[in-house]
Amino acid sequence: MKLSTIIDNLDSASSVDRVTQQNNQQAQRKAAMAVLAHAEAGEIAARLRAFALPAHQDLRTPENGLVMLRGRVGGDGAPFNLGEATVSRAAVRLASGEVGFGYTLGRDGEKARLIALCDALVQSRDFSASVERDVIAPLREQLTIRRKQAAAETAATKVDFYTMVRGEG
Amino acid sequence: MTTIAELPPGFADKVLSAQSTFRSVMDAMARPGSVQRIVPMAGTPGPMMRGVAAIALTLFDHDTPLWLDARMAESSDVVKWLKFHTGAPVIQDSSIASFALISDGALLPALERFALGTSEYPDRSTTLILQVDSLDAGQGFELRGPGIDGVATLRASIKPADLFERLRVNETLFPRGIDVVLVADDAVVAIPRTTRVVSKGS
Repeated sequence: MKLSTIIDNLDSASSVDRVTQQNNQQAQRKAAMAVLAHAEAGEIAARLRAFALPAHQDLRTPENGLVMLRGRVGGDGAPFNLGEATVSRAAVRLASGEVGFGYTLGRDGEKARLIALCDALVQSRDFSASVERDVIAPLREQLTIRRKQAAAETAATKVDFYTMVRGEG
Repeated sequence: MTTIAELPPGFADKVLSAQSTFRSVMDAMARPGSVQRIVPMAGTPGPMMRGVAAIALTLFDHDTPLWLDARMAESSDVVKWLKFHTGAPVIQDSSIASFALISDGALLPALERFALGTSEYPDRSTTLILQVDSLDAGQGFELRGPGIDGVATLRASIKPADLFERLRVNETLFPRGIDVVLVADDAVVAIPRTTRVVSKGS
């Protein structure tokens, strides 16, 4: 956009900014969820313990439920119900008004509550940077290390079928 | 407009609070006319009393269609709160509702408009949850029926004033009929379909 049009359309430019900001926050929350859902409840709690938490209340106390997992035949065929999985969910509201939601597989309600709390902190103007730095980034690092290790262990068992065939012949 | 950020919270302890509230409502149903107290408290949206809010969190879920009176239905606080915490569908057609929430007795429609159950399934009727001004002062009512040893006396100020006359349809409909739960703040009185009002004092 040319500078002149930005000046002409200051209002629309700032609303575009707001939309981008919202999208950024969405992306940040999504990324945080991807990490938190795979972390252990104890790890999240340990990270949050060192954190000066603002006042907050449970909007929805942790509860357990079932979700139906759906699969597709061969990956892209007709959908079918594979089975049910337990999930826990919670919602937490900070005193400043941000509401965070936490959903996680399993029956660990406390983990869902911690995830909801982190989600609310990520949205908060005052805490989003520090929660990212002190909680989510270290957890992400651990997750990456664990995944790399698992990948390396799996890769070590790789069998070269070409070699096997040649060995027989 | 209410955003989720302004929604009143649900029960602090879901399981124990729901059990305790269920007990109060069950005792009220078993002893018609007796005043039971609801102890656990949750946030109350808009025109909803705290007793009604606790009952909503205890009894409503996605399988119980709700009908709201005009005052409740136009309060977006109430509708959003019910949706968030209970997941119960709010419907316009009162004849298939499991529960009806009435915040203002003057807005109570004719009882025939609610579900009365069927002879095979008399339990598929609407339970009216009616907010009243007081359950310890006002007009005197004498109640008879199962669960009452002789006569129970209830003092209450209830709108609509002709509620018990209207409930006489229960006599001819039995086993079908309408059950009513009266709530004033944290006090609950149930008038199940078998209860008859025998006399009225002043």
